[in-house]
Amino acid sequence: MDGIGPFDPTVGYPSGPAIKEIGPEGRHIPLWKPLHMSRRAFLRGVVCSGTVIAGSAYLFSTASPARADARAVERMISLTVNGRTHTVDVPPNETLAFTIRYRLGLTGTKVGCNHAECGACTVMADGVTVYSCSTLTHRVRSKEIVTVEGIAAPDGTLHPVQQAFIEELAPQCGFCTPGQVVSAVALLNKNPRPTVDEARHALSGNLCRCGAYDHYLRGVMKAAERV
Amino acid sequence: MDVMHNFELYQPGSVADAQAVLKDNPDAWIIAGGKDSLDWFKDRVKQPPALVDISGIAELHGITAQEDGGLWIGATTTLTEVAEDAAVREKFPMLAKAAGLVASPQIRNLATLGGNVAQDTRCVYYRDGFPCYRAGGNTCYANTPTAMNREHTMYEASRCVAVTPSDTAPALVALEAVMVIQRGSRQVEVPASEFFIGPEIDITRMTVLERGDILLGVKVPGKWAGSRQYFEKAADRNVWDFALVNVAMAARTEGGKITAASMVCGGVQCTPRRMSDVESLIVGEAPGAELEGLVKRVAARGARPLNFNHFKVPLMQNLAARAVRSLAV
Ligand SMILES: Cc1cc2nc3c(=O)[nH]c(=O)nc-3n(C[C@H](O)[C@H](O)[C@H](O)COP(=O)(O)OP(=O)(O)OC[C@H]3O[C@@H](n4cnc5c(N)ncnc54)[C@H](O)[C@@H]3O)c2cc1C
Ligand code: FES
Ligand code: FES
Repeated sequence: MDGIGPFDPTVGYPSGPAIKEIGPEGRHIPLWKPLHMSRRAFLRGVVCSGTVIAGSAYLFSTASPARADARAVERMISLTVNGRTHTVDVPPNETLAFTIRYRLGLTGTKVGCNHAECGACTVMADGVTVYSCSTLTHRVRSKEIVTVEGIAAPDGTLHPVQQAFIEELAPQCGFCTPGQVVSAVALLNKNPRPTVDEARHALSGNLCRCGAYDHYLRGVMKAAERV
Repeated sequence: MDVMHNFELYQPGSVADAQAVLKDNPDAWIIAGGKDSLDWFKDRVKQPPALVDISGIAELHGITAQEDGGLWIGATTTLTEVAEDAAVREKFPMLAKAAGLVASPQIRNLATLGGNVAQDTRCVYYRDGFPCYRAGGNTCYANTPTAMNREHTMYEASRCVAVTPSDTAPALVALEAVMVIQRGSRQVEVPASEFFIGPEIDITRMTVLERGDILLGVKVPGKWAGSRQYFEKAADRNVWDFALVNVAMAARTEGGKITAASMVCGGVQCTPRRMSDVESLIVGEAPGAELEGLVKRVAARGARPLNFNHFKVPLMQNLAARAVRSLAV
């Protein structure tokens, strides 16, 4: 191709792949097939098709399709988080992590992997730990949600777990810490005198890329002496 | 964040309501704990227009004793509940152990037993949306000279080389459990050993479940209740990772000899693989070093490993030998 060199706007460059094979009837045989629509291709597809849709509007799915079936769930729900009941507009495809962080503004809950593989997004639903990134908000809307913001006392006194984590220098970068706190508190609520193995097991769904596991474990054991 | 496509969500309160929605929406997708499903949707590989959340159906949930000394476990009973239930631990400790070794605590708190047996395979090519045989294409990307296939099959490959990912499946097959399925107005009972199907039967699904079918629960018969049981899972990490190979065994011993045995292995074939050779070898024998040596020789007989999964042969042999060793004490 003669197109080597800087881009020249006066040249009508050929579009698409340079090599084309012509089939028996002169038809173009594609050399590759797209595997599936990647997210990027989807985003671009939406933008290019001229639909007026801003990035955030896409994320929030505010354009609600006409409701085809009255049996499907309503978007307006009340959700109890940290003892407060909120009325929120939640589309069916929204995860709890998303609702907590972007609708309720409780950004203590982190999203690390968004695929149920790290634990940064751990919250309690009726006292049981769940990955909020991989749980539909509608799935747990009748449960009491507790996030890391709901762990300390209303007057700001830290929970023994939080205090012990500070003393044991558990957080390094701190990204996994909210999840570690929630998992540890859920354990001590159920089992105030865990063995080291029980504590290790309870925290096993929380990855720490800084590798501060022993510090967190010591923190839990220290907190267990104080609750 | 990976945002899922738009869908309608239904939360029926009864099996009949769920069936009505499934009937009106032939493309609807059942979701229980969502731990398998949401990954598909986030990756945009599958985009069903409607979801039926069955977790609120009371009749599908819970564990009850059966007359024959066995247990009924509802499909939406969570893996944590199965792992911690006193009756399961007493009668079928290997099922409790298998459920307790799935993924991570937070996943087990929502993931259901029904979802665990009905989950799709974890072949990375298939999960990433490659148009492979299983996805309706005409290639297997995991069975080429350069393919990464250390997690894949050693037995009964038929075009597709994916394996069963479930930890509870081998335990249920070994315990001779029966899956109870609501199909239309009928309740169909399928033995666990026939519930899981390989690619030669239908390459697009892993179980006999058809569209519209709802798995009601699992009947674990009293036959193996209180027997000697063993479950072991070998995975790269103890948490999150799927089994490379897992083994489930129920056995009875009398006077130092094995009188009956049921052993099933996961992660080596598209369905849980019954270790018939080992079973027929050990019945009537006394556990010990000599028997273990023989077990290792037959355990992986007929295996046809791919490029990168030869390590599964000794893994299978050793897990089978360790299961037999557990009967010695
Ligand atoms: C990070 C990670 C690690 C994992 N590790 C493991 C592991 O080590 N071992 C293991 O076994 N699994 C593992 N899994 C898989 C997961 O634990 C199981 O898939 C889980 O048990 C699925 O249950 P669920 O209720 O969440 O399934 P869902 O996602 O709700 O459902 C799974 C499938 O089953 C169908 N289904 C569910 N219930 C019914 C029913 N009652 N009737 C008919 N169809 C039904 C759904 O339509 C869907 O196709 C892992 C998953 C993740 C995300
Ligand atoms: S963000 Fe939820 S588990 Fe990683
Ligand atoms: S402190 Fe950095 S990830 Fe755990």
